[in-house]
Amino acid sequence: MQAKKRYLILLSAGASLILLFCFGGIQVPLSRRGPGRRDDHSLTGYHPGAPWRRLQGYLKVFSTWEKDHDFHEDISPRQKRDSNSGLFTGRRCRMESCFNFSLCERNGFKVYVYPQQKGEKLSESYQNILSSIEGSRFHTPDPAKACLFVLSLDTLDRDQLSPQYVHNLKAKIQSLPLWNEGRNHIIFNLYSGTWPDYTEDLGFDIGFAMLAKASISTENFRPNFDVSVPLFSKDHPRTGGERGFLKHNTIPPYRKYMLVFKGKRYLTGIGSDTRNALYHVHNSEDVVLLTTCKHGKDWQKHKDVRCDKDNVEYDKYDYREMLYNSTFCLVPRGRRLGSFRFLEALQAACVPVMLSNGWELPFSEIINWNTAAVIGDERLLLQIPSTVRSIHQDKILSLRQQTQFLWEAYFNSLEKIVLTTLEIIQDRVLLHASRSSLMWNSLPGGLFTLPQYSTNLGDFPFYYAKLGTKPYPKFTAIIHMVTPLVSQSQPVMKLLVAVAKSQYCAQVIVLWNSDKPLPAKHRWPVTSAPISVIEGESKVINSRFLPYNTIPTDAVLSLDEDTVLSTTEVDFAFTVWQSFPDRIVGYPARSHFWDSNKERWGYTSKWTNDYSMVLTGAAIYHKYYHYLYTTYLPASLRTMVDQMSNCEDILMNFLVSSVTKLPPVKVTQKKQYKETMMGQSSRASRWADPDHFAQRQTCMNKFANWFGTMPLIHSQMRMDPVLFKDQVSILRKKYRDIERL
Amino acid sequence: MYASGKYNSRGPALIPRMKIKHRIYYITLFSVVLLGLVATGMFQFWPHSIESTADWTLDKRSIHDAPLIRLPVSSPIPERGDLSCRMHTCFDVYRCGYNPKNRIKVYIYPLQRFADELGVPISSTGLSREYNDLLSAISDSDFYTDDVTRACLFIPSIDVLNQNSLRIRETAQALAMLPRWDKGMNHLLFNMLPGGPPDYNTALDVPRDRALLAGGGFSTWTYRQGYDISIPVYSPLSADVELPERQPGPRRYFILSSQTAIHREYRAELERLKEENGEALLLLDKCSNLSQGAASARKRCYKGQVYDYPQILQESSFCVVLRGARLGQATLSDVLQAGCVPVILADSYILPFSEVLDWKRASVVIPEEKLSEMYTILKSIPHRQVEEMQRQARWFWDAYFSSMKAVGLTTLQIINDRIYPYAARTYEQWNNPPVVKWSSVNSPLFLPLIPPRAPGFTAVVLTYDRVESLFRVITEISKVPSLAKLLVVWNNQNKSPPEESLWPKVSVPLKVVRTKENKLSNRFFPYDEIETEAVLAIDDDIIMLTSDELQFGYEVWREFPDRLVGYPGRLHLWDHEMGKWKYESEWTNEVSMVLTGAAFYHKYFNYLYTYKMPGDIKNWVDTHMNCEDIAMNFLVANITGKAPIKVTPRKKFKCPECTAIDGLSLDQTHMVERSECINKFASVFGTMPLKVVEHRADPVLYKDDFPEKLKSFPNIGSL
Repeated sequence: MQAKKRYLILLSAGASLILLFCFGGIQVPLSRRGPGRRDDHSLTGYHPGAPWRRLQGYLKVFSTWEKDHDFHEDISPRQKRDSNSGLFTGRRCRMESCFNFSLCERNGFKVYVYPQQKGEKLSESYQNILSSIEGSRFHTPDPAKACLFVLSLDTLDRDQLSPQYVHNLKAKIQSLPLWNEGRNHIIFNLYSGTWPDYTEDLGFDIGFAMLAKASISTENFRPNFDVSVPLFSKDHPRTGGERGFLKHNTIPPYRKYMLVFKGKRYLTGIGSDTRNALYHVHNSEDVVLLTTCKHGKDWQKHKDVRCDKDNVEYDKYDYREMLYNSTFCLVPRGRRLGSFRFLEALQAACVPVMLSNGWELPFSEIINWNTAAVIGDERLLLQIPSTVRSIHQDKILSLRQQTQFLWEAYFNSLEKIVLTTLEIIQDRVLLHASRSSLMWNSLPGGLFTLPQYSTNLGDFPFYYAKLGTKPYPKFTAIIHMVTPLVSQSQPVMKLLVAVAKSQYCAQVIVLWNSDKPLPAKHRWPVTSAPISVIEGESKVINSRFLPYNTIPTDAVLSLDEDTVLSTTEVDFAFTVWQSFPDRIVGYPARSHFWDSNKERWGYTSKWTNDYSMVLTGAAIYHKYYHYLYTTYLPASLRTMVDQMSNCEDILMNFLVSSVTKLPPVKVTQKKQYKETMMGQSSRASRWADPDHFAQRQTCMNKFANWFGTMPLIHSQMRMDPVLFKDQVSILRKKYRDIERL
Repeated sequence: MYASGKYNSRGPALIPRMKIKHRIYYITLFSVVLLGLVATGMFQFWPHSIESTADWTLDKRSIHDAPLIRLPVSSPIPERGDLSCRMHTCFDVYRCGYNPKNRIKVYIYPLQRFADELGVPISSTGLSREYNDLLSAISDSDFYTDDVTRACLFIPSIDVLNQNSLRIRETAQALAMLPRWDKGMNHLLFNMLPGGPPDYNTALDVPRDRALLAGGGFSTWTYRQGYDISIPVYSPLSADVELPERQPGPRRYFILSSQTAIHREYRAELERLKEENGEALLLLDKCSNLSQGAASARKRCYKGQVYDYPQILQESSFCVVLRGARLGQATLSDVLQAGCVPVILADSYILPFSEVLDWKRASVVIPEEKLSEMYTILKSIPHRQVEEMQRQARWFWDAYFSSMKAVGLTTLQIINDRIYPYAARTYEQWNNPPVVKWSSVNSPLFLPLIPPRAPGFTAVVLTYDRVESLFRVITEISKVPSLAKLLVVWNNQNKSPPEESLWPKVSVPLKVVRTKENKLSNRFFPYDEIETEAVLAIDDDIIMLTSDELQFGYEVWREFPDRLVGYPGRLHLWDHEMGKWKYESEWTNEVSMVLTGAAFYHKYFNYLYTYKMPGDIKNWVDTHMNCEDIAMNFLVANITGKAPIKVTPRKKFKCPECTAIDGLSLDQTHMVERSECINKFASVFGTMPLKVVEHRADPVLYKDDFPEKLKSFPNIGSL
């Protein structure tokens, strides 16, 4: 009995204690981290557990109107601005204080490259940077017209131990007559500092110059002044550039490995911490993180206990194999913050997982890297596997596609890296005509989206779906005329009437490029859609692609004077275009092929089972391509086209396909079989000429050379009306005329 | 915690009474104690609902009842803010930890009053109404925690919104007194009016160690990019005045300037612009005849004419927001609220929330030096863009400027996005107003890829018991060059599939999957056996498709891997009489669906159909045993915004002797049911996502007068 009671009492006492504990009655002193903890008892009435709640009653507002008005009247704002430019220099340079905007106002954004001095050795990469600028539309040979200056002294490698290191740079730069303390200069740099601390100092005074630098840290990066560029290898192609490796979107999106890394481990010195800790996360199954100590001269001397084991594991895997078969690729910092691995992962569609605290990511000013990479924190290395595993499949799918888009838009050639750098600076200079973040971060990318055309997203053919809008539901026809108007039965008259009759036609523009004077107004047919005549000033063929202000619609129907089209065909082509507003949609299709005997591209107008071009003799496309054609393409190509009076349609196809990475769309046309069976289209005059054809072959190869790659893509299908040639009453069909011969 | 102190002392008191002998007495006592404990527990767990707790009385007190802390003169002062601070150097990320919700926890210090040794308070206003609103909003949000040990971010209840009302040194000392201050690590301060005369610093002058600063009016020199957060200067008018949203479009005035404290040099330049451009500009100033105060804040004058402010802002396309002594101006908020496009002239100003907001779509930034060119610059902006900017401006206000709550929570979300960048809100989420979010599409397969031909496609045949027909289909499909694999989904649970030896011999792997239930959605399951991206869904009675037609279909799919590419085309129509959607399978000139009885599509859509189909559509389809194909069309069109592609003229699929429109489809009840499906799905999706097109895809040389043997796809059936 006694014992029982005792048990009972013990039990009840125990239970009460447990309950007390549960309800927080007894505070068990838990070990707490942090040096900041101090004794609370000094603060009377302070209750750390008390939740914040809204205070009742009257409270003052934080600002009163009167107080806002204490404006310091004495200092003129202009003086204040000027004093800024004296105050904020060096590491505090900003566009506002270190850049002379007035140089850009007179002639626009022009870049001057210093002439190369004799005996001055340039690395191939720097040579390529300079020639990319010289080949761009920004280049000016006249320093008086320039807004930005680029040195012809190789500043890429500022590692004193490197063979590429240029000595006496300081003196050489100071002696440049245009240096002007570096104002409006941009200095390209890939490597700075050397072992052991790899500082970011270039070893000479850059003055007011901007830096376009790889591996730049956020501490040294001057926002909106410097540009962070990616680290690229010596073999990075100058133009063209390889495409991304992603060929299709696999579902589920996981690859053989989840996360991989293979690289050096540093036993001593800067940047070794993260790589030395990687083995904690390595599981040799789907997370494979391999390091080797075997590099440098005396690695044996420093080697630690893990080296031999690591080296064995390291040799078991192939870097490329891992790169191509992993969902995520770890990009930890090395000696410097950036590494080649970053671009390699990007191209391989292996989503980069950044572990490089304080690295200002390449082109961070314009690229939203959260859409293409996982930004990790070196301090949270151990969490990385669970973090990447928690990323949803849909997100992986989109990250991976974005790596490919960014790679191809900004990184795959030196030219793109350089142009992106220049465009970023141009956006700062032309503030109110600059790209929005959407233009930079969605297809086709900022290099193809020129804000000087319009800053309105709706004016481009690329964003309709993103904005939930549609193109303007009408088109403007532009007829290119070179022969004089002699009779009313000329094919062009029929064409004018047929086109203007289309319900979608807003305006017909006749571009008069004939040497003969303009015909009188009454000689043009009377049509429902207004006809306006523009007299070509220079009478060159490229003028058919000028971005005329008089084009009121998004769509342009481009026509040759001898094109034969019916109203129905025009209507149908336009409805198809509305589904593909970023492509060329039209009738005369042509194809290209690789001629392996002659080792060059061939052009064919034969009837083939596929096509890669739709000629602009009868094609609809977005008005923006006129602007792009005129401004984006280099003068050299356009002059060539003008001189030959040929190939403008091929060039347009090259341009549009390089923007969209897609083929054009061919639509049905009633065929005039007799002529076409000859292998040529109806346009006998200039097309029958064998020289003309040979020229087009040459054009193909010249263009491909400039683009650095062949942008044209084949298609095997054409768009027909849904009931085309179906065995059903013709009365049921909307586009009957297309079937009539 | 203090409540529990009482019980602490009562607990041990139980022990001396052990010797009393009556058991019942013990039990009663024990129960009383237990009940008491339970009751206390309840109080502790639901303190919000029970009025009599100590907490509540504390809460009812006004600010004057908050504990007063006297700061010794020698109390330590924090260091000035370190300009090189970044998240990876000055922020302790370990406190935030890994958490499945990817959400930071924010702690707010309880309210205290601070005064110096003489009893003079550190701030002339104390806690302002706005800061109280801000803290209250945060404490009501998901970010909030009252557990200081679990917090990742700490917000002092010391109000530093307006530097003018602060005693700098003492405020700094008060901050350093905070129990978790720890060099300001992970502390967030909100400040809207930084600096003071004469030079007006662009960041809060209070020394604050490593604390993060959410500041209004940062310049590029004080803003630590990626660390500080630029916030708007809250306009009190936001709460006082309700301005209805106006449709974007042209306004009575082109440019309007409404600020009262404009430097005389700038005012002179504005006057000059007004002279040049006349009526297009409206240049307002304060009304001289009105006394200062709240009333004057609501009026503006021009040559004796009085205008209501901020209503007048709605009458202009562009509104000037010029820098004053400070870079950040409350006017910006008023202008955005009015849906007027702000023209910002404040060199080096870091626009509010510029880390996530795309201001280029909502404002025009002009260098101060170019004030005189403002008119020309603004005139060059296309109308359509002005309208977009007007809409965007109003949206920014609605979402991020309209209240202290909006400002506070946006700030926290930005910090949250930095700490969990892989779970950050997207550009579209931040920048697209609801109307755009609703109508825009961001296709999940957005990259323009033409997949290589080589992997081929997997044919998925759904079958129940029509073995003979199934075998014919298999034999036909197996002739297609790009076929990689055949997958038969055997949907009959009562009958086993035929023995292996009976199946037709095909050159590609043939797999049979047996399902657990006879459901239509089984055909869209993302089976692991499907190893290709391209899937050909085909019914077990589609025997008319030729090998050329199928191969061509695959080629078309390669060009449009994000669409449904199929053979039987259908259309939806609006029935005006009935006021609802109608299904159409007659000979139409248009197509808005292709049936999955024979269609190519990306395997991704299988995954979407199975796991992401909105509403109850999936179950509805399975119970009604119909319309899975329509559901698939809705799904794909909705997510890609694109129409399907009908390939080739083929309209007969099942048997040569059938009419062009197959038997089943002619059935009236069938048509009614299908129409019902369309209406049902449209209501679930909340919109009609289907897109109508008038074209189909044919081989380039289809029906051309050209030798058949030279054509890639000669055998395209005409019907």
